Amino acid sequence: MTTRPTDIGMTAILPESILVSAACLLFILVPFVPKEKRAWLGYFSIGALVLTALSLISLWGEHLSAFSGMIVLDSYALFFKMVFLIIALLVILISIRYLQIERVHLGEYYGLVLFATVGMMLLASATDLLSFYLSLELMSMSFYVLAAFMRKDPKSVEAGIKYFLIGTFTSGLILYGIAFLYGASGTTNLKGIQSLLSPQSLHASPLLLLGLVLLIAGLGFKISAVPFHMWAPDVYEGAPTTISAFLSTGSKAATFAAMLRILISGLSFGYGAWWQILWPIAVLTMTVGNIAALVQTNVKRLLAYSSIAHAGYILIGIIAASKIGMASVLVHLVAYVFMTFGAFTMVVLLCKTNSRGDQVGDFKGLARNHPAVAAAFVLFALSLVGIPPTAGFVGKLFLFSAAIQGGFYWLVIIAVLNSAISLYYYFKIIRAMYMEEPQGKTSPLSFSRPLIVALGIVSFATLFIGLFPEPLIRAAIQSIQVFL
Amino acid sequence: MTNDNGFPLLSLIAYTPLIGCILLLFLKKEDHKKIMYTAFGVSIVDMFFSLLLLFGFDSSQAGMQFVERFSWIPTLGVDYHFGIDGISLLLILMTTILSAIVVASSFSAIHERVKEYYVSLLFLQAGMLGVFMSLDLFLFYIFWEVMLVPMYFLIGIWGGGRRLYSAIKFFLYTLFGSLFMLLAILTLYFLNRNPSYGTGVFTFDLLELYKMNLPLWPFQIWLFLAFFLGFAIKVPMFPFHTWLPDAHTDAPTAGSVLLAGVLLKMGTYGFVRFCLPLFPAGSHYFVPLIAVLAMTGIVYGGLVALAQKDIKRLVAYSSVSHLGFVMLGMFALNPQGITGSVLQMINHGISTGALFLIVGIIYERRHTRLIQDFGGLSQQMPIFAVFFAITMFSSIGLPGLNGFVGEFLILVGAFQYKKIYAAIALLGIILGAAYMLWLFQRVMFGPLDKPENRNLEDMNAREIAYMTPLILFMVWIGVYPKPFIRIMEPAVMGIVQKVNPDWEKHQSMVAESVAKIPAVPAAAKGTESR
Repeated sequence: MTTRPTDIGMTAILPESILVSAACLLFILVPFVPKEKRAWLGYFSIGALVLTALSLISLWGEHLSAFSGMIVLDSYALFFKMVFLIIALLVILISIRYLQIERVHLGEYYGLVLFATVGMMLLASATDLLSFYLSLELMSMSFYVLAAFMRKDPKSVEAGIKYFLIGTFTSGLILYGIAFLYGASGTTNLKGIQSLLSPQSLHASPLLLLGLVLLIAGLGFKISAVPFHMWAPDVYEGAPTTISAFLSTGSKAATFAAMLRILISGLSFGYGAWWQILWPIAVLTMTVGNIAALVQTNVKRLLAYSSIAHAGYILIGIIAASKIGMASVLVHLVAYVFMTFGAFTMVVLLCKTNSRGDQVGDFKGLARNHPAVAAAFVLFALSLVGIPPTAGFVGKLFLFSAAIQGGFYWLVIIAVLNSAISLYYYFKIIRAMYMEEPQGKTSPLSFSRPLIVALGIVSFATLFIGLFPEPLIRAAIQSIQVFL
Repeated sequence: MTNDNGFPLLSLIAYTPLIGCILLLFLKKEDHKKIMYTAFGVSIVDMFFSLLLLFGFDSSQAGMQFVERFSWIPTLGVDYHFGIDGISLLLILMTTILSAIVVASSFSAIHERVKEYYVSLLFLQAGMLGVFMSLDLFLFYIFWEVMLVPMYFLIGIWGGGRRLYSAIKFFLYTLFGSLFMLLAILTLYFLNRNPSYGTGVFTFDLLELYKMNLPLWPFQIWLFLAFFLGFAIKVPMFPFHTWLPDAHTDAPTAGSVLLAGVLLKMGTYGFVRFCLPLFPAGSHYFVPLIAVLAMTGIVYGGLVALAQKDIKRLVAYSSVSHLGFVMLGMFALNPQGITGSVLQMINHGISTGALFLIVGIIYERRHTRLIQDFGGLSQQMPIFAVFFAITMFSSIGLPGLNGFVGEFLILVGAFQYKKIYAAIALLGIILGAAYMLWLFQRVMFGPLDKPENRNLEDMNAREIAYMTPLILFMVWIGVYPKPFIRIMEPAVMGIVQKVNPDWEKHQSMVAESVAKIPAVPAAAKGTESR
């Protein structure tokens, strides 16, 4: 846990440093790359991501703390950093062709994706409220620009502005919460807060409780928990589909990673208070997400509500806060990342020069012409509902067992009812694909080699985790050891 | 890894259909013939594999046989654990035989998206077989859910009527129940960890969980109810049956046959395998509830069947009634009742399966299933009339055919538990005779007055070929059920020992008579009690 004498903390942020340098280099390269060769910038960023992943692997098993305890590199951070790198890799794979179709193939896109990834990676490492805030901002800033990236499409611009306004408001809430916590404890370091405060201090100081509520509300915005979810459907619908996928998987997973660390290692003295705040939020998030999804006809909006609902499920693991509970957050997040990414990839596939391909009707009759693609979507839908043998089932099984072990019976019953409801809207798309006839003339899908690779990775992962969850479970349990 | 005879025969049987699916994927979409014959070949091969089980099976043992066991997810204590006893053996044989028949019956019925159809059928078969073999609750749940998917597609793509509605209704209902079962499974898993209730290890192994000693309140009651919800929807018991008529009516013939023949049996099998031995006190506690629901189902199903205009819907409601019998016999909690109940599961699979095939045969010719569109068919289709008549009598429970033996044993069991139960159940048999005979009369007899019916062709060789085995089984079980009863007897006695151990004390003589049934006096007694 000590900083090496010769080290000024650079080892702990080595992967991030590599990625930041690559991103800067990419911005410099942009003007020198001719228009038709911009795909090379995508491959360049893939190379950067792979290099970063290699540096992560070389650091595997390390436990370093740097910058006076603001950043830590432990098994938990390593686990999530790996997940974010995979997400970024997938995003770039599905973006290359998509950007050409939407005619916004600009090099800056890749740089921003890399910067957002750096923000996520730092979020998983942050052990101080200030470093947490800064990483969150780095990630969010990149997303504000990315959401509005199709600058000639009013919907995209609207999404960017909306996300920006809500985002700055959220940052305000979080900062305000941090200020109260600092006021009560005199430090912003999570370990320090934990050692200085006790359950009694919550009773003694209502301002501390207010700080806690504000912080949770701010995090709630970022994970799109109800009642802080209003922005998500609009932003997901308007933003480029690849960015919707990135937002719903990467940004959400990163915020959950930070949330779990803050609540467990910094604020577990207040468990008695925060689980009671999170409980109704979880119930509302699941229920509103699922019920609102029932009536959607736009697939991106539908997936937005689905991702809201999944945030509700994941909150169960945080509420349980046990060993299984924390592991279940990690397991379900990984499952969620793959299956949600898969579902968004389908929309990217359907996006053609003349149609956005995001209506349920656009899926009609897909199974006839593209049986493999349709089958892959069935896999993702099953996983999203939580039907075995898929990753989503393993994740839900873990979440449910955490709740049962912790005695949260009502919570788990509500979750189960919600899972049953969710079947209906995911299968609405399957019904369109398999049981309805295509309308009019069908133009070919926007296949590209990188996209097929991405789809292959995601389908394989969804099925593999469902059949052989052992490695993932082991990794998750290993990662949360730092909190026990 | 343990496997007592070295060769994973059960896995081979369960996954042969999956291998078949993969084979089908390599065939050309347009080559219907090749696809059909490959699917048929696979199902026949699978049937022969399952018949091999009979040679290795020791029917004097109550324990699990052909056990295959590997560690699968060690951190959770999940094992890949297959094994069968007499009850599962019979159901497995029924599944493989019915599946082969169903594939053969689809040759002329399905002309669209042929490849996907046979892939779904084979996939479904693998799922069903897995359910009957799994001894690990996790594994069981996986097969239980997986099998919903191909059924959803079978109804939704190749069905008729309101197929989209029926397909999603079927899926939603079953999923709803099974999710509660999943919660109960997880609760059991954690309770077993608690040394005061269980063996103190994290395991989903059913045989290990059998050893648990749970108090009636709150655990057995709540867990029983959660499992009950999962299984009762599947059976389906009144009042959870509303998905069944829709699904049955709108499914293609093959779907209906497998739905009635095998899928419904998963619910009743679940009760025998999980509810009774895991929660003996809970089962006792809920006997009145289940008996009342079962009897309501018997009478209600019969009455509603009387009023149906669509033949398939009529058969569907008759299933509700028949499954009521199965549940009533099972919850008599004595050897006769449970033996009868398991036998009746097989019988219902055979006779209702056959009825759906018969409906399929005339539907293919006339493209209608309304009773009023028929009449006098026996003049035009004499062979068909014979097959229909035997099947109908088997479904009614005429002595000499299979339905009688099962219903008789169930009535004996129910009679011993409470006389009034048997009396009310008898009403169901009378109703059964009424709706079936009336159906037969309206469809087969009377004047051949509809011009469309004048040119109907009789059953062809293929149809006769796939119906004949079913008829043979009806007669075999009806005349000489002993081999079937002997296979399941040790398993049934094992379950009775667990759920109702006091039974032995005063009833050893009745247990003996089970083995003898249907000896002449028993049959005579049967006619008396009617």
